[in-house]
Amino acid sequence: MIQLLLDNRDLFITGFLHTILLFVLAGLGALVLGTLLAAMRVSPVPALRLLGTGYVTIFRNTPLTLVFFFFAFAYPRLELVDVSFFTRAVLALAMYTAAFVCEVVRSGINTVDVGQFEASRALGFTFSQTLTTIVVPQAIRSVVPPMTSVLNSLLKNTTIAAGFSVLEAGQITPALSERGAPLLIGMFWIAVGFGILVVPLTATQRALEKRWSVAR
Amino acid sequence: MERGSVSSALYDLPGPRARARNKAFSVLAILCILALAGFVGYRFWITGQFESPKWEWLLYKDLQLQLFAALGATLGAFVVAALLALAFGLLFAVARLSEHWWWRTPAFAIVEFFRAIPLVVMIFFLFYAAPQAGINLGVFWSLVVSLTLYNGSVLAEVFRAGMQSVPRGQREAAYALGLRKNQVMRAVLLPQAIQAMLPTIVSQLVVLLKDTALGFLITYQELLNEARYLGSLTEFGRPIIPTALVIGAVYITLCTALSSSAGYLERRSRRTGRALPTPDARLVTAELAT
Repeated sequence: MIQLLLDNRDLFITGFLHTILLFVLAGLGALVLGTLLAAMRVSPVPALRLLGTGYVTIFRNTPLTLVFFFFAFAYPRLELVDVSFFTRAVLALAMYTAAFVCEVVRSGINTVDVGQFEASRALGFTFSQTLTTIVVPQAIRSVVPPMTSVLNSLLKNTTIAAGFSVLEAGQITPALSERGAPLLIGMFWIAVGFGILVVPLTATQRALEKRWSVAR
Repeated sequence: MERGSVSSALYDLPGPRARARNKAFSVLAILCILALAGFVGYRFWITGQFESPKWEWLLYKDLQLQLFAALGATLGAFVVAALLALAFGLLFAVARLSEHWWWRTPAFAIVEFFRAIPLVVMIFFLFYAAPQAGINLGVFWSLVVSLTLYNGSVLAEVFRAGMQSVPRGQREAAYALGLRKNQVMRAVLLPQAIQAMLPTIVSQLVVLLKDTALGFLITYQELLNEARYLGSLTEFGRPIIPTALVIGAVYITLCTALSSSAGYLERRSRRTGRALPTPDARLVTAELAT
């Protein structure tokens, strides 16, 4: 079993490195864009609310494969800036995941007690002050577990890039198949790899929950 | 609180200055949206995406029939996988709640394993690897079996969380009335769990519907493959962008229809007042973000 891993270590190493890279870049992008969208969806400006809602509706109801499809085949036809397929994969993942991040952040805001908003308004805080000093610090606590799940899905979703010729962990199975290696064992190692990648995620979640649970 | 919703609690009723500011922001936002839409439209225009040859394929009967066949393939995979996944989920949820460890432990291991494995890896495995072991599932069943195993495992967790959210008294009362273990499960716990979890179950089915698009990767002849094929026809000037837009609209329509039924069911169960508090609901719902 170990032999297979050692024989094909080039595949496994480049595969998982690309997976990690895709995950980190797309994750950061999705967190920033998603939080921005959430702020738009609760803002007093109707046009912004509409834009946020529209974005979330479109991206939540489109298969990620279709988003990839668009970036892989349709984007080059628009003759915009020519970027590598890896960059486009990051864009596709970030834009798709941002819709889910937005929903998590928004439901986090909803868990904060209405009295908190009212109190901060009574104290004369503005909208952005209320949001940044009162609401977000409280919302972030209840957001940690579902956000971890979203990131977890993102990690698994990076494998879709395999279908569009980015060499990452999802590509390992077909590549092994080409080399004629026993795939059952290969599959086992891929599962182990993803298991290992999930560990730091859940560990971070535990640590954050532990640290913040006292405050409430 | 006029409307009682949280977003309206975030700010006061705007006064004259705030109204002016909001209006300015609105105008700015609309301008930005228009600029963005205009830019995209301009790129479409300049690369000839709006020219009639690129849309003419929509007028041909054969191609329309093909499109419907592809839609049928997508829906076929969805329906079969959804039914199987629901059955799988029920079975494994019950097994996970069993009092016997020889049911509980394997069920736990299987559910956790299939939830942890990326769907793409599973599909590739069944499509490329299983034939080596002499199991030739073909494109359709590779896709359907993978979808079943993954979504079934998630649904098992949903059903389990639902059954655990039923108040203890229900189960105790049922036992006190002399019902058997499987009667308690069938007649008391499951109906209430399903009712409480219905919106979550439907959202998971939306995920399943979206995931059928992964069949594209193993050349299952569903909507995306059809889009690719239509988009490569040179006689229409390779209309990949129009086809992607059309297929996107089809998916969005299908999924919104399904999700709005989830919203309807949620409102309905709230109205009848039979929805149960689900402590795990938030976590389970977040699990669906695939």
